Amino acid sequence: MTRANFALLILIVIVASLPLFGGAYALRVGTLACMYAIFALSWNVVGGFAGYPSFATAASFGLGAYVTGILLNNGVPLPAALAGTFIALFLGAVALGAVLLRLRGHYFAIASLSLVEVFRELINNATDLTGGGMGLNIPLASSSGILADAMFFFYAMWGLLVLTALVVIVVSVSKLGFGLSCIRQNETAANMVGLNTTLYKSIAFGLSACFVGTAGGLYAAWVHYIDPSDVFDILYSVKPIVMALMGGLGSPLGVVCGAFLYLGLEEVVWRNYIQIHSGVLGVLIIVLLLFLPHGLISLRWAMVWRKVKHA
Amino acid sequence: MPEMQHEILHLSNVSRNFGGLRALRDVSISVSKGEVLGLIGPNGAGKTTLVNTVCGVTPASAGVVTFDGRDITRVKTYQAARLGLSRTFQIVQPFAEFSALDNVAAAALFSQPGESWKSARLEARTHLAFVGLEAQADQCAATLTLAMRKRLELAKALAMKPKLLFLDEVNAGLNSIEVERATKLIHQLAARGITIVMIEHLMKVVLNVCTRIAVLHNGELIADGAPRDVIKNQAVVDAYLGQQYAQRNAARG
Repeated sequence: MTRANFALLILIVIVASLPLFGGAYALRVGTLACMYAIFALSWNVVGGFAGYPSFATAASFGLGAYVTGILLNNGVPLPAALAGTFIALFLGAVALGAVLLRLRGHYFAIASLSLVEVFRELINNATDLTGGGMGLNIPLASSSGILADAMFFFYAMWGLLVLTALVVIVVSVSKLGFGLSCIRQNETAANMVGLNTTLYKSIAFGLSACFVGTAGGLYAAWVHYIDPSDVFDILYSVKPIVMALMGGLGSPLGVVCGAFLYLGLEEVVWRNYIQIHSGVLGVLIIVLLLFLPHGLISLRWAMVWRKVKHA
Repeated sequence: MPEMQHEILHLSNVSRNFGGLRALRDVSISVSKGEVLGLIGPNGAGKTTLVNTVCGVTPASAGVVTFDGRDITRVKTYQAARLGLSRTFQIVQPFAEFSALDNVAAAALFSQPGESWKSARLEARTHLAFVGLEAQADQCAATLTLAMRKRLELAKALAMKPKLLFLDEVNAGLNSIEVERATKLIHQLAARGITIVMIEHLMKVVLNVCTRIAVLHNGELIADGAPRDVIKNQAVVDAYLGQQYAQRNAARG
């Protein structure tokens, strides 16, 4: 295992100790941090490894939330509902990917963006199953108190993050990751050396959907109520891209750092500039990208050291 | 018919249209095992289209392509590669961020299902050595010179263990010393028994290495035969070689 991947696992283990330091607020932020890290790691498989800028994260998230929500409402226990969501999202995304990934660059980006709208409208109109615009109430998972519930969902999301990180690390050092890297650099040449690019890209798209979908399912169980405009929020598609760019495109450690940094900025800015928070956040992100175009991962101690010496 | 047994590639009445443009018209040609076939013709004659059609990049609009006794008219590019058809590109197509070694290892790894990382890397070294790039093995492909990148293409193609190798203008853009070196490599490949179809504009190289020449013009095959006969063919002189070349050639005897 490379040092960066090792550092990533250490970082995630450190996150697990969060409940020691705070109450309900820390748990909420921690759960969101794990969720964002799952988004960023998942997006990185198709966006970072294969170089296909996907805007489908919100579609996977929303769909996952609804699949789990509907299963829970039909009496399926939470673990089984999440497993079902995971499998359904993976297979669905592989099938969709085989069609959509024939498009490249901006065309693919637009097509993946339209997935969000298509699924939002489908869920909106399938009133019998999903409650449509009225939203879907989801039964409480347990009744052991608010803090115990928060603790449960934090560790559930954290566990999912660990699973995502492990799978992404395995992919990054495997033949699959190597092939995706070939596709990113030169898809024509990749095809010509005997690489089944359609299959590889579809698997990448499937992997980028199933963890996000399962996170969506956990989210639905966590907040007990979902509606289409909440879970199919286009911001869920944009945020992971910003996180990946901030942290360092292609690097699992980088994108997770980017996710944590993004959440940190979001929380701090939201608290202090409640009226203009998205404006301030935007400016901060632009400044970060201007001065650190390759993301946090490109930071080296040597850079700091050199500046200190010259000062 | 002993010749038929050694046939490795056969195109019968192959056409390829791009909208209204007929890039290949009713081309029928056969390539025998161990042959070095030169494919010549003016720009836009359909030489690269022919290679693309065989490799599944732009499948034939009509006609049948058989390779090694199997109909490959509709196979996908990656399947053609796994069957033993490999090619170099006129415009080199490296994996720019990878080292030269990883470029070749990728070709070995993906063209042969079941190939392991370790043996792909090992094989890659021998192919790099063969094309004279062992010193550049760990260098990033984007930083190699054009001549080196052309040789890298060749190493990649060889790593796929080809039964038939298409060389698309491997000498274009090279200086005369580099051309000499590349020509020597092609001779060595032919000596290994690899069937080669090469697109080439330098007649000196064509006459030096090819055992047979086919000429395309406006998507049609206008001549096919022994080099000596083809360069005297009036249609070929008119369409491609030019009167001057024919006269010089006649003067030389």
